[in-house]
Amino acid sequence: MTPRIAYGAFSYDLAHLLGAAVLVLSFALLYQRRITSIIGFYAVQSVLLAVAAAWQGWVQDSTHLYITALIAFAAKGVAIPVALRNIVFRLRIERSVDAALGVFPTMALGVGLATLSILVVLPTTVESQTLTREDLALALSVVMLGLLSMITRRSAITQVIGFMSMENGLILAAVGLPGMPLVVELSVAVLVMVAFVVFGVFFFRIRDQFDSLDVSHLDRVGGTHR
Amino acid sequence: MNTAPGVWLSGLAAVAALLPVLGLVAAAGRVRSAYWGMLLLCGLGVVLCAGFLIGDSAAASLSVPIGLPGAGILLALDGLSAFFLLLLMLIGTAAATTALDDDGGYAATSPLLPVFVAAMATTLLAADGFSLVLGFETMSLASFGLVLTNHREPPVRAAALLYLGMAAIGGACLIPAMALLVHAGPAGVDLGFAAIRGHAPHGWRAIVILALVLVGAGSKAGLAPLHVWLPPAHAAAPSHVSALMSGAMTKVALYVIIRLLFDLCGTGQPVWWGVPLMVLGAVGAVLGALRANIESDIKAVLACSTVENVGLIAAGIGLALAARAADLPALAALAMGAALLHAMAHGLFKALLFLGAGAALHGAGTRAMDRLGGLIQRMPVTTGCMLVGAACLAALPPTSGFAGEWSLFQAMIAGPRLGGVVLQMLICVVALLMALAAALAAAAAVRLIGVAFLGRPRTPRAAAAHEVGYAAQLAMLGLALLSLLAGLFPGVVLSAAAAALRQTVGLTMGDRASLLHISPQTSTTGYSAPAIAILLGLAIAGVAWVVRRRAVAGHRRGPAWDCGFGAPPAWLPFGDPITQYGGGSFGQPLRRALGVVILGATERVDMPEPGQTRAARLVVRSKDPATALLFQPVIRWRGALSAQADRLQFLTIQRTLSLIFAVLVLFLIVIVLVEQL
Repeated sequence: MTPRIAYGAFSYDLAHLLGAAVLVLSFALLYQRRITSIIGFYAVQSVLLAVAAAWQGWVQDSTHLYITALIAFAAKGVAIPVALRNIVFRLRIERSVDAALGVFPTMALGVGLATLSILVVLPTTVESQTLTREDLALALSVVMLGLLSMITRRSAITQVIGFMSMENGLILAAVGLPGMPLVVELSVAVLVMVAFVVFGVFFFRIRDQFDSLDVSHLDRVGGTHR
Repeated sequence: MNTAPGVWLSGLAAVAALLPVLGLVAAAGRVRSAYWGMLLLCGLGVVLCAGFLIGDSAAASLSVPIGLPGAGILLALDGLSAFFLLLLMLIGTAAATTALDDDGGYAATSPLLPVFVAAMATTLLAADGFSLVLGFETMSLASFGLVLTNHREPPVRAAALLYLGMAAIGGACLIPAMALLVHAGPAGVDLGFAAIRGHAPHGWRAIVILALVLVGAGSKAGLAPLHVWLPPAHAAAPSHVSALMSGAMTKVALYVIIRLLFDLCGTGQPVWWGVPLMVLGAVGAVLGALRANIESDIKAVLACSTVENVGLIAAGIGLALAARAADLPALAALAMGAALLHAMAHGLFKALLFLGAGAALHGAGTRAMDRLGGLIQRMPVTTGCMLVGAACLAALPPTSGFAGEWSLFQAMIAGPRLGGVVLQMLICVVALLMALAAALAAAAAVRLIGVAFLGRPRTPRAAAAHEVGYAAQLAMLGLALLSLLAGLFPGVVLSAAAAALRQTVGLTMGDRASLLHISPQTSTTGYSAPAIAILLGLAIAGVAWVVRRRAVAGHRRGPAWDCGFGAPPAWLPFGDPITQYGGGSFGQPLRRALGVVILGATERVDMPEPGQTRAARLVVRSKDPATALLFQPVIRWRGALSAQADRLQFLTIQRTLSLIFAVLVLFLIVIVLVEQL
């Protein structure tokens, strides 16, 4: 069987486009200020991830990628954003903003990180096929941007979104690699769900204690031996 | 005369293998059997080494199928290792004999002592990197356990910890040195010495190896500035262990230096390679000898003198290394022969002195010089042996110490033919420092004997000292006899070192060393110990005869200037011992003249306030420059570093994450750079 995916083929272009779209949404997540719009962009990114997974499922002709796509869509595209919105409205912080570093520095950092990812992945994976390499580069960029948004944000909710968008990058890498077993993706998905539940409990505890979701309040109680 | 060299090696390997079994025997409670077995095995080892050396057998090697998987370990016996093994086995025999003394409290050391000797023998027999490191590190661990014997005393624990730390530093340097030496060929890594000799290191690799070996083995040998562990550890260990550590273990470390720098690094190294050994050796010699005049613990005095002698030997080794590189084989053979001769001499007399110090500790209950005194009355055999050892320590002719130091000085004096003007000036300075050290060591020997063994007892306990048991006396007498013989016939020791010389510098002393005579050059006059001994004996007999002849018949006692040390008043049965010259007062001139500059010695009179009834005290402090200039800054840096690292523990969540992120990005950048280059 000739590989359905090859350089220049339509399937290749579309897979590439979807991966790039996920990356672009990571950039969008990076500079958004309003919490509700961050949640919205996260939902869109997850849906795009689900589409990418489904497309890969069709290209690689493997059923389990459809399951991955379904999980991504249902859990991360719908359930988690809805739950987050509920939390936001219950905590009455839907109007609050969580400014990151500022648009230009954030974008500059993000572009730098994406460049770094490409520079790392492309030379080190010369033996692999082209799509896998570029897919990996995109996925690594998404992971790096997720990490960056985790450390630039102050609010716990936005940090959690950064964490989950990082996880989107991992899934993107996993679906791009032919032969990755389903159990890996499932376990990652379950992990994220559990983490989400824990974080959800945490939000309310932090809010109860400090009347704010700003994690810098935690620092005061962190180091008792200081 | 090539009588099956494999026999000697197999015998010695069997000795090294059976000694740890004795440790098990001792652990099972059969202490005396273990010590008897150790005595027999070490005696057998002496016979085997002597047989190998006398027969001038060819080097032999033996592969033992235990150790590294697939490789086993490789043992070999050649002139160099046999020479040092002979010294080790002699001291091991003496230590085991001492330990057979019933009432010495030697049982506690019985499980580890045979293991210690076996580990040293393994180091000496090793013919591949793995077994050398294995033996060396086992030796460190076993001696650490032995130093800890009296672990209930806090100073002992502190000394043992310091020792273990230094051993760890040594291991952390020796293992990389070995790793840099071994050659990774197409057939995998060959740890054997033969393969290493085939690919001698050069360039920066060789320089790194030199530095690592100097720290790794030098710290164990007591080479300055890593000698600080010696005085406390030797004072803390039981005396027969100190004898082994000082007499044999420091020599094993010197053997490792010789083996790695002379043998395995090849002959193609530059002349300046000898310089670090010469400089460190000379500095350590002066430091050790000066401290030996200041310490108040007799075993610490002996340990400081070990630092001095190791320094002298190391300077000789360094000169030999430089001379070999400058293609002056006659000078190299003289320097190396002198170093080996002095190593043998020092091993014997220092073991003797430590056993004697142990006897004094056992008989008089203390190591503090200012609580001893007058032991010659109650412990004549011990004092006699100590006198022999101290004469060697002071390098009085015709003792072995004189033979060793005389040949070292002859080599140094012949040294200025070497290298350019800088190196020549350096060798002159080294020779001057060595001369200073030798003079200081003589003063230390006089102080040791004069304060601790002569005079009047300073405490009732010292006045009631008792002689040690026959086994311990026998061990001391045997070592004293060997020291005297080595002093009278240094040429014999040098001929035993002939194979080692041929192997390391390519030339023996040849006809410069004969039974009765050694000389630095073939043409010049040299040193004939028996002749000196006969002349000295005649001179002493003549003086005695003249004095006796011209003496007035009968004698009377009259008042004399007595330096405040008069006849004891009736109410003090032992006299007023405090008025005697003590250890501190004997060392005071040297402390004031040199100690202030070198050791930063300070004196302070602690006067009581008016109305207080306590006595005034003279508080004297001194500090080893290695501690002040090397260890304390290192400790400060370590503290500052750990304080910095501690701050990382209390970062905010965001900063912690940022740190992780920054490290991740840094690694990725490194990957990119590596890929691009």
